[in-house]
Amino acid sequence: MSRETMEYDVVIVGGGPSGLSTAIKLKQLNSNLNVCLLEKASEIGAHIISGNVFETKALDELLPNWKELNAPVKTKVSKEKFLFLGKKQSLSWPTWLLPSVQKNHNNYIISLANLCRWLAEQAEGLGVEIFPGFPASEILYNEDGSVKGVATQDMGIDKAGNKKDSFESGIDLHAKVTVFAEGCRGHLGKQLIKKFNLDKGKSPQQYGIGFKEIWEVDEKKHQEGLVMHTVGWPMSNDTYGGSFMYHAENKQIFLGYVIGLDYKNPHLSPFDEFQRFKTHPQIKKIIEGGKRISYGARALIEGGIQSLPKMYMPGALLVGCDAGTLNMPKIKGSHTAMKSGMIAAETIFEHIKDKKTLSSYEEKFKNSWVYKELYIARNVKPSFNWGLILGILFTGLDQILFRGKLPFTLKHKHADHQTLLPANKTKKIEYPKPDNIITFDKTSSVYLTGTNHVENQPVHLQLKDTNLPINYTLEKFDEPAQRYCPVGVYEVQIEKNLPKFIINSQNCIHCKTCDIKEPSQNITWVTPEGGGGPKYGNM
Amino acid sequence: MKILVAVKRVIDYNVQVRVKEDGTGVVTENVKMSTNPPDDNAVEEAVKIKEAGKANEIVAVTVGEDKAQETVRKALAVGVDRGIHVKVDGIIEPLAVSKILQKIVDKEKPDLVFMGKQAIDDDCNQTGQMLAAHLNWPQATFASKVEVKDKLLEVTREVDEGLETIEVNIPAIVTCDLRLNEPRYASLPNIMKAKKKPLEQINAADLGIDTKQRIEQIKVEEPPKRKAGIKVSSVAELVQKLKNEAKVI
Repeated sequence: MSRETMEYDVVIVGGGPSGLSTAIKLKQLNSNLNVCLLEKASEIGAHIISGNVFETKALDELLPNWKELNAPVKTKVSKEKFLFLGKKQSLSWPTWLLPSVQKNHNNYIISLANLCRWLAEQAEGLGVEIFPGFPASEILYNEDGSVKGVATQDMGIDKAGNKKDSFESGIDLHAKVTVFAEGCRGHLGKQLIKKFNLDKGKSPQQYGIGFKEIWEVDEKKHQEGLVMHTVGWPMSNDTYGGSFMYHAENKQIFLGYVIGLDYKNPHLSPFDEFQRFKTHPQIKKIIEGGKRISYGARALIEGGIQSLPKMYMPGALLVGCDAGTLNMPKIKGSHTAMKSGMIAAETIFEHIKDKKTLSSYEEKFKNSWVYKELYIARNVKPSFNWGLILGILFTGLDQILFRGKLPFTLKHKHADHQTLLPANKTKKIEYPKPDNIITFDKTSSVYLTGTNHVENQPVHLQLKDTNLPINYTLEKFDEPAQRYCPVGVYEVQIEKNLPKFIINSQNCIHCKTCDIKEPSQNITWVTPEGGGGPKYGNM
Repeated sequence: MKILVAVKRVIDYNVQVRVKEDGTGVVTENVKMSTNPPDDNAVEEAVKIKEAGKANEIVAVTVGEDKAQETVRKALAVGVDRGIHVKVDGIIEPLAVSKILQKIVDKEKPDLVFMGKQAIDDDCNQTGQMLAAHLNWPQATFASKVEVKDKLLEVTREVDEGLETIEVNIPAIVTCDLRLNEPRYASLPNIMKAKKKPLEQINAADLGIDTKQRIEQIKVEEPPKRKAGIKVSSVAELVQKLKNEAKVI
């Protein structure tokens, strides 16, 4: 069946910081360009979740008058703490001994979701056409193999793949250049990296899973502008992870935990580690008596430049964490994502105007401050392969003494799905039961995300081999999907004495962890019907 | 025939609503807003009637702050021809809304007015009925099926005992149930076209309607938390507990 086609100069897939910055910069360079931006969430910001301590460097360049334009960037960091946690004890690390990348005194505590909503308003004001609720589900190619654009998803398909009465065909969007800005592990970006071999000669990409809760706490315990990070308990020495606690405006605390997805023990449950972490006296004393008002989780990129794929291909560019521009030791990716989008816009502007090839993106990127930042940061994450203590010692040397200029680059050895050890060779972990005051279960947590998917639609978490979870993964790894999924999408239930693998796809918060961590890469995340997924507020 | 459809912007039905700490209302900051779900059914039904050749124009109207226009744009993207936004800031009660709608009906002279049976935020279920009273028009509430027959409507409505089918003369007010139809999706090209459709803005004050609140809201609080259940060992114990502790039998 032929579908309707729309022509644009530039089509951008994804309304996060990188995609929106691309759109804004393009219109600033040439207001006559036709720019369209697709977003799978029901509104811009509804799928955005991030810490977030924000460095304004990219925003200063993109919209220098952001303060006058009333950007939701208000809470300046006023105080910093860094703690090493033992089970009950804690050791405060003097901030003057922190590497400069972890100092935040000029930064702001923000809600990235709200910043994106504001960026979208700026973009629309410049004439960008933004379409929330329309996931790009397919890449379209020209005959010569170059990217032609994307197709939006058909709406109104039932579970079995038949058209419902409400069926509405997706449409083809053609563009001179298509920009993929889907964020970490974008499902189209993943296809492009494979098709164009963009990761050739690079280390396998590294990921983490990040959790965030927003708490409203007692005024007396709230110190607006305070930024605190911890490492150590409840992570063991060989698992990469740490927490953040940001005291934001309105008595809110942004509390979160990030765990490297290269963890080895299949019995580990990132969600329960986060819940358990909150029971530490240093954390509990602040949130006790408060109220949890939001919850969410999302995979994030940790690979750095060793894993950064080539970001251009015929007809298309990758920006932000669809490629992987997050700066891990800084624990920040918003400013680098925005800058990568701005550089992409400059490249596209010249490409359309002077027929310059898109490969100039790489050169521009390498000459930018983003690349310099990522280069200096490159050895931190791989050094934690030696464990937390050696990692910290090395990072001290590398970042404080040598400022990232050591004459070598450590590689990432394994992809995250290859790191699990067999279940019978690893220790089972008993997690404490939630008390429903400080700690919670997954069911009550997913409820806070406002997640919903239209019920009668195809399952968007696809298994390559439907028997594998029970026949192989359950026996060998005790089916870790039950634990790595932050909202309990995957369950193994016993029916008639036989285990059965269940996918509650309507709970999916689009974090992509399963697509990354499944040991046989058996789960593929594809876009569900538009508007589905979480409805995050100020995450 | 001309149809007027009223739509309201409310907190999205997937959002877990939170009560403000001071008890003056619910938190709407940083919360996803959408069209009231049964209003989507009202729009869909009007569009279906037009598609069947039984109506020639549909006008959507909303009453509220500037952002309420989003709900009209959404209606325009699925087949409504024109929009009206009556601007009012702050809380507005069903009585004032129905008076505003009466003015719009006087101006637009529609043959039918469709709207949702109630809004999911205040659950009042009053505006349609009040409008019918102001206009002295027949009303068909909780419609789960609507058939246009020449000068009258045959409407099936859900009542406690089952289904009731009534006939009302046109002009009439119809308030719609969620079971009436399945609202369609707006396609991307239609959303673009909707941006170019006319949307008239009117100030409530210019209509001569006093929108001040007549109901004083004293306090908003969360429903009490449900206590954990207990297991009983026998039927006798259950009966005893229902009688003496729960005091329900």
